[in-house]
Order: sequence, then structure tokens, then C-alpha cells
Amino acid sequence: MIELAFSVSQGDFSLEVAAVLPKSGVTGVFGRSGAGKSTLINALAGISTTARGLIKVGDEVFLDTERGWQLPVERRRVGYVFQDARLFPHMRIETNLRYGARRRSGGESSDLWQGVIDVLDLQPLLRRWPGSLSGGERQRVAIGRALLSRPQILLMDEPLASLDAPRKTEILYYIERLREAYPVPLLYVTHSLDELVRIADHLLLLSDGKVMACGPFLDLVGDTALQPYLGRFEAGSVLECVLEQHDETFGLSVLSFSGGELRVPKLDAPCGTRLRARLRGRDVAIALKDPPELSITNRVQGEVLALSYRDGPYVDVLIGAGNSKLHALITRESCARLNIRVGLSVIALIKAVALDSRTVGYSRRAR
Amino acid sequence: MDVDAVSQIVLLSLRIAALATAGCVIPAVGLAWLLARRRFPGRTLLDALVHAPLVLPPVVVGYCLLGLFGSRTWLGEWLVRTLGVHLPFTTGGAVMAAAVMALPLMVRSIRLGLEGIDRGLETAARTLGASRLDTFFSITLPLMLPGIVAGAVLAFAASLGEFGATITFAANIPDETRTLTLAIYTALQTPDGEASAKVLVMISMGLAIGALLLAEVSNRVTKNWLRAQ
Repeated sequence: MIELAFSVSQGDFSLEVAAVLPKSGVTGVFGRSGAGKSTLINALAGISTTARGLIKVGDEVFLDTERGWQLPVERRRVGYVFQDARLFPHMRIETNLRYGARRRSGGESSDLWQGVIDVLDLQPLLRRWPGSLSGGERQRVAIGRALLSRPQILLMDEPLASLDAPRKTEILYYIERLREAYPVPLLYVTHSLDELVRIADHLLLLSDGKVMACGPFLDLVGDTALQPYLGRFEAGSVLECVLEQHDETFGLSVLSFSGGELRVPKLDAPCGTRLRARLRGRDVAIALKDPPELSITNRVQGEVLALSYRDGPYVDVLIGAGNSKLHALITRESCARLNIRVGLSVIALIKAVALDSRTVGYSRRAR
Repeated sequence: MDVDAVSQIVLLSLRIAALATAGCVIPAVGLAWLLARRRFPGRTLLDALVHAPLVLPPVVVGYCLLGLFGSRTWLGEWLVRTLGVHLPFTTGGAVMAAAVMALPLMVRSIRLGLEGIDRGLETAARTLGASRLDTFFSITLPLMLPGIVAGAVLAFAASLGEFGATITFAANIPDETRTLTLAIYTALQTPDGEASAKVLVMISMGLAIGALLLAEVSNRVTKNWLRAQ
């Protein structure tokens, strides 16, 4: 358990946090810029010392203002991956990687060393200098360095923000691998929901210095009440899928989820892989009867669970199919024309091209 | 002027400049760090004091040193009593004069380097388990090195050319405080000293060019060694 009950005030910005996070899995800390995401993890890491209140990780008290207790940064054992990598320019990659490991009690562990080097493919970089590395390589080293310091919790502050799209995919792939190999709890700060769809188990949603929600990721990301904080064009649903088969002839992959199947552009992953697909509400259309002669092959039978009217001409239609929930964003006009109401049986239509590698889970290896 | 006498003067000059430079390094690193990183009462005063030799006439600096370390002053007496060190009119005094004059140059150079260091690197080191002191020695100090080297070369060159403070505080004693610049001055004051002065001036120029080359080479070496991220 990670207990956060603290406040930070800096000038006219203030952050008020009261949340309990599980000490396992990946917790996405999500919010727009200025929401207080970085302030939150900096207080947790002890980098900013202006926090007042209580911070506890497991049994270890990081901060207890009432008792005048504050654990210094270097004794909190937090692995911090910064947006800008922050490799030490005067050390080779190998020395950078060993920097943290050497400073923890018990010294270095050769098993962990080899494991981290393998998972992150760092072997070819060891003799090089930080200045000669690409942005993606630097970030990989930074992740390895943090992990090798044997942290009890990993913090990542927008680790992909300064990378181009292919590098983002690459680093996400490594984070996914790492998540399987090392079950260190990870707090992942981002303003991109796409990144969280890939990796997050839990979500801490911040807005204007306040916690708007905290709980299981899949529940929250489909919660209509939270949609305003997730942004209209981000709005949608996330489905947990299994990759069933590849269709080589047409270059497609078939995913199954509770409630139906999806055909998507071919993914570079083996059959049986569990992955997540994100469906944006605006990529889902609604039909009352199975339409003949239509290009869209992804047709999911379901029932309307709720209608929520939004600002402007839109309606968000929540459709239940099996155990899954789909959001469809349509116009009020269409809603009235088709007389869509709660309990109505409908068919959700999803274009296959709306589901590309950017929105479907297990990232392809970008090389 | 024979070869022995000339080499004597050159060696003495090099020795004084080297000692002054070496003596400056640690105080300069400390002062640069204090001035760049710390906020404390009296910081502006300290800043002014360190930089005073840059703007004061060197003779005035020499006079102030006499006022501080003269044999009848409290500090001068204490130095003689506890360490057996007598500064005025000795080689030690010449080193001291050169060091005080060179210190601000070195502090400026190191401070500039220090201000160019990304403090985020220090934060990163702390999260990896390094204490403040450990962070200073493993991250800050190595990254300051180019600034320190540049400052040292500058201080060395300035020390070789130091005149006013030296002649005031350490006088012009052959084989003790008569450095190149003082020897040139002396030669010009003596009849038929023109030839000796010419030789010494040539050597002085050679040393200056040597120092410049050294600065260039050391700059390149440290820059290579410390590839900026």
C-alpha cells in the first residue's frame, strides 16, 4: 500500500492529495499539464521538500509532518526515470548503470544486473558515452539505472515526452517487458491516455491539484462522469482482448473479447497474447439492424445501457456486450432519428482501420 | 646576464606561479560553489571581497596584504608563532600576492562552469542513493573540471605576469621574490640593462604563448573527455 495524504503549495498552485495506491502493478498518474502530476511524484520521491502531511510506502514512513519526520531522497529507495533521462555525461553507460547499485546496502547483484541488461537490451551500449546515444537509448539506460538501484517503487515522469513516435512505441515495449520480469510497483506520470492503455492497472486522475478519481484503470477509463477530465477526443472504452489468429491473406489479426470479435490491421505478436484495444467513441457507429453491403466488418451485438448528453450536439451511448462496455459518440440528431433508448438492442460498428498499433496494446517492436 | 641567472629567474617565476595556482584551486572551488549555489547573509560582501583584486590597483592589494600579514599585525604574528611562516618580503609572500590576484579569475571561471551544470543530474544522483557529499564528489566536482582547468591555466598565466602586488608585499629580492616581470623592471632601471631586459621579455612572451597553447589543449582534452549530453 502506498498512502498519500499530503498537500503542497507553491505560489498560487496547490496540490491536495488523499489516495491509497496498491503497492503493485502500474499506476497511471494522469492529468493535463499543470494538474500537479510531477509535483505529486516529486513529493513522493522527496525531491521537493515542501510537502506537508503523510506519505507511507508499505511500512516505511517517507513523510510525517506531525512528527517532524522526513526521509531524505537517497534513503527512500525510489527509482526515478526523468523525462530527460539525466545520464551522467562523464561516465560510460556501464558506470551510469552501476551508480545506484553501488550505493545500496548489499552492493551489486549479478543476477539482477544480467537480467536488466537482457530485458532492456543494454549489452551493446555498455562501453559507450551518454552523448553518443539516441533519445530512446538514453531512456532505456535511465530505466535500467533506476531498476538496478533496487528500488521499492519506480517513478516515471513522462518518460516518452521527448521522444518521437517510433521511439515511444519502442520504450513502451521495453516497459511492458520489464513489467513482466520485475514486479516493482510503478507510478507512471503522463498526459497521454494512449500510453496508459498499454500498461496501466490503476489510475490516479488529477485535475487542478486535486484527485478526481483513483481506482482500477479499466473501470475509470470508461466512466462517463470522468470523461470531461479524459478529454472529449480521448473518450472511449478499453477492451481486454486475446489475439486469436492472423489472417495472412488480408493482413489482419483477429482479437476476441467478452462480447465479440475485432478484426484489426495485423499485429506483430504471437497468437494467445493478451492485449488491450482502445476504441474511441467517435470511431464507433450504431445500427439498429445488421446493415447489408457495408465495408465495416467489426459488428458487435449489444444493448444500450445508458445515454449521456454532452455539451454541443453529441450523445455518448454506452453499449453493453458480454462483460465489455463500449462507448459510441453520435450526434443528438442521429440518436433522435433512430430513437435510441436504454434497453434497445443495437449493433456497434467499428472500422478496422480505427484500430491500429497506436491504440492496440502490445506494442510492435520498432526496429 | 648569464644563462644561470636567467634560468634562476625563470624557474623562480614558474615555481611561484605554480604554487599560487595550486594554492588557489581548493579555495576557488569552495568560493565558487558558495557564491553560485548558496544564499546566505554577507554573500554579496564575500562576492565583492573575492573580486576586489580585479578592480583595485595591484599596488593597493599589496599594501592591504602588508596591512594584514605584516610582521607587526595580529595575523602576521600568529603565522610566525604557530606555523613559523613569515610572508612579507619572502618567496611565500610572492606566492600569496600572486594567489590573491589570481583568485578572482579562477573563481569566475569555475563559477561559470558550475552554473552550466544541470542540477537535475544532482537530483538524479540523490534518487540513486547518493548523499549530498557523495553527489558533490561523484557528479558536481567532475563536471566542474573543465572550469577548474581553464581557471587554473588563466590563474597560472596571470601569476606569471603579476607585478604590483608582488613588489609591494614581497619586494624585489634576487632569488627570492624577483620574478620575470620584476627582473625586467630591474634590468630597465640599471644602465646597460637593455640587453638583459630584451632576453627576459622574449622569454616572457614565450611563456605567455605557451600558456595560451596549454589552455587550448587542456580545453580540448577536457571537452572531449566530458562530452556534453
